[in-house]
Amino acid sequence: MSDAILTLEGVYTDIAQYHILHGVDLAVPRGAVTMLLGRNGVGKTTTLRTIMGLWVAKQGRITFDGEDITQAATPARARAGIGFVPEDMGIFTDLTVEENMMLAASTGPLDAKRCEWIFTAFPPLKTFWTSEAGNLSGGQKQMLSIARAMAEDRSLYLIDEPTKGLAPAIVSTMASALKELKAQGASILMVEQNFGVAKAIGDYAAVMDDGRIVWTGEMRELAESAQLQEQLMGLSMEAG
Amino acid sequence: MIMSLISGDAPRSKTLTLVLIAIFLGLALAPFLFPGVRSLDTAARIAIFIVLAASYDLLLGYTGVVSFAHTMFFGIGAYGVGLASQHMGRGFGALIVGSLSGALLAAALAFVIALFSLRVRAIFFAMITLAVASAVAVLVSQLSWLTGGEDGFTFKIPRALGPANRMGEFAGVKINGKLLNYYVVFFCSLMLFLLMLRVVNSSFGRVLQAIRENDFRAEAIGYRVVAYRTIATCLSAAIAALAGSLFALWLRYVGPDTTLSFAIMLDILLMVVIGGMGTIWGAAIGATLLVLAQTYLQDLMGSAAAATEAIPLLSRLLDPDRWLLWLGVLFILSVYFFPTGIVGRLRSGK
Amino acid sequence: MTAAPDHKPTFADVPLSARIAQAMPFLLIPILVVFGFVAIGNPSSWLTLTVSGLAMGMMIFIIASGLTLVFGLMDVINFGHGAFISVGAFVGVSVLFAFGQWAAAPSLVLNLTAILLAVLAAMAVTGLLGWAFEKVIVKPVYGAHLKQILVTVGGLIVIEQMIHVIWGPEEIFLTRPEMFKGAVTFWGAALEKYRLLAVAVGLVLFVAMRLVFRRTKIGLIVRAGVENGEMVEALGYRLRVVFVGVFIAGSALAGLGGVMWGLYEEVITAGMGEEMMILVFIVVIIGGLGSVEGAFIGALLVGLMQNYIAFLEPKLALISNIGLMTVILLWRPQGMMPVVKAK
Repeated sequence: MSDAILTLEGVYTDIAQYHILHGVDLAVPRGAVTMLLGRNGVGKTTTLRTIMGLWVAKQGRITFDGEDITQAATPARARAGIGFVPEDMGIFTDLTVEENMMLAASTGPLDAKRCEWIFTAFPPLKTFWTSEAGNLSGGQKQMLSIARAMAEDRSLYLIDEPTKGLAPAIVSTMASALKELKAQGASILMVEQNFGVAKAIGDYAAVMDDGRIVWTGEMRELAESAQLQEQLMGLSMEAG
Repeated sequence: MIMSLISGDAPRSKTLTLVLIAIFLGLALAPFLFPGVRSLDTAARIAIFIVLAASYDLLLGYTGVVSFAHTMFFGIGAYGVGLASQHMGRGFGALIVGSLSGALLAAALAFVIALFSLRVRAIFFAMITLAVASAVAVLVSQLSWLTGGEDGFTFKIPRALGPANRMGEFAGVKINGKLLNYYVVFFCSLMLFLLMLRVVNSSFGRVLQAIRENDFRAEAIGYRVVAYRTIATCLSAAIAALAGSLFALWLRYVGPDTTLSFAIMLDILLMVVIGGMGTIWGAAIGATLLVLAQTYLQDLMGSAAAATEAIPLLSRLLDPDRWLLWLGVLFILSVYFFPTGIVGRLRSGK
Repeated sequence: MTAAPDHKPTFADVPLSARIAQAMPFLLIPILVVFGFVAIGNPSSWLTLTVSGLAMGMMIFIIASGLTLVFGLMDVINFGHGAFISVGAFVGVSVLFAFGQWAAAPSLVLNLTAILLAVLAAMAVTGLLGWAFEKVIVKPVYGAHLKQILVTVGGLIVIEQMIHVIWGPEEIFLTRPEMFKGAVTFWGAALEKYRLLAVAVGLVLFVAMRLVFRRTKIGLIVRAGVENGEMVEALGYRLRVVFVGVFIAGSALAGLGGVMWGLYEEVITAGMGEEMMILVFIVVIIGGLGSVEGAFIGALLVGLMQNYIAFLEPKLALISNIGLMTVILLWRPQGMMPVVKAK
């Protein structure tokens, strides 16, 4: 992991009176997919939200593309090139699919070429282009959520459990879209509970426990060692 | 003995204790310490507004609910006594019937409003109470055959409490019905105040505080937040109505301006916030300060305005009628800089 | 690129009853108008009352729209919104007096110019005041409802008192510009000219607002921000800046409403804003806090209801709005068109 696009050094985050992150150290390699793994409640989502600036790190340093962004506001981080796909998908249900996508293009009009690319990856979005996003099915909402992050060139994507609760067919659509994204040169930091998906698209893995990173390495290494999986993540991971 | 009277809720600050003792003694001995019609009237107002502000604090400070209908309840109590005295004839019976029915009606109304609005969002309650209170104020001035409209009406109270009832002299002060009336007001206020201290220091009061701190958590622990808030709202309304009854008894008059106006609502807010929310004691200090200031500071402003007559804008700013302007500024500043009010300041300073 | 797997995208079917429920608030207005027609029985009185109800509703809507959006976007409730109504009215009327000759001239162009100047001045001053109010009063208390209510009430008191200091303690009487005095007769019904103007202005504003919300990026940001402000920020927009803009625009609209209301009543007082706020609160509550369309429907309902009842049963007019609010909250506790909140 020589060239890191994002580094976290000793990041502590509190939510109200609860201490969630206790010194997260993480380097996200450029141009690769890094899986953030671990049991429920160890601070994976909080880590992503802290990187995005939605929670403020009370201690530590976050560096993105060589810039210290620890104190930057959320919109500034987004414009610096971080795309965010939250766990609840963050779809604007009152707006149409088109309007959701228009908003996602924050620096100008939606690029037609990109649109075509997104339609190829997620055909239903084309079908329902002018419908209210609130009427989409769960899988379609997830497609829209990722498509929104893809509407502009971002160098880093933070994606929180994109396959949660989706039918297997849609999971594989997601997986291929994410691979496609990586092929375009983007870096991805992704929280994933489905070990099969993690194995299929992850290059690297970082495992969290109790608000810290406890293991980092290549995804392949983790996937091959049942013992390592057992030790790091217990049995809560779904079997791949 | 004293601790049990005040339900173990000590002021917890030397200065605060001294100030509170001074207020208590000042009110208890007002007729003898500050003879004169105006000072006695001021003392009675202070006693009544302490109760009114404390009952509001029960809501605002202990449950975090903002209501703009508190003067409505105050008015209901006042009109209750006024109407009962007018229709049943003067007498203590009318006073009691009027006060009790006022308190009951206030509690019932509070219950209905609470049912509607506490369930949704706290912010609804503020807006709905504002709307309902203003509708009631307009209604009262419209139903002039019953309420005397904008002018209100005067009524007769028991002869024993009137100034014509002369009972000799004590320590150079004439003992008459007016003085007796003052002590009725004073002791009733004192009892209501002690009752509120008891309520907030009971287990019920502690649940209310838990809800104020974190209603979500309180709900999770198993307290029925809406039920507790509803009870607090009703209690606060009933006590406000009783304070209104005392006010009517003291003035021998009820009218929209003295009991229902939005200006009084603002006074109550100021008293509670400046005194210190969530302490009950704060209401005592805030009410005393505000009533005193209202009575005597306005004179001061009048002379200041006269002195600066040559300077056009300044003299207008100092006009006694612009008194609210300065209170408003003080109010904003105290919400920002002294959110715990005078009591909080004194306690943290020891 | 791998082809998407073959799964048929389907829409969750929206049943008819749900569609009706969705459209119901819009239907309430014609229902109320028809009810008014039946109850009043006299077409010309009904027409007069309907126009004045609509005029009143439009003015309330203009004032309420800013308040409800400010709440929707940042969860800020501004109890001092009424101060902008009063300030707008005083500034506007002062300007109108300054151009008294234009207003008194029997020329539609001169009259409209005078009104326009008054409105522009009022909106400029209240917009500026809104900007200062947001900065000084509201900003330090984001996220704390209790303090927001207290502090904005404090701001209301101070601004109202400052009106007394600047314009004196007395109410100010005024007359409408020459061409907007009196009424036109239409189908035997006397329709006050000024009310027709108020309806027209309100409609134009509503349509303009809808266009802004549907067709512009800033409109999209506001709509999305009401639902999920966090996500809007995560997409790279500075929601706070948008919010301040909405706050300023809302204050300016309240100022406009103040001028219009002053011309409608032909008298202005420092307390007029505070009095109007009662109706405005009722409107935003029944409309659903945060919903501009809800506020529009709510405002028209309140305006029509008040005018019909005042004709049918004058004693009830004052509490008819409380009654309306009660019924609507029983039916939909969150208001007619509650905004979807992500959290």
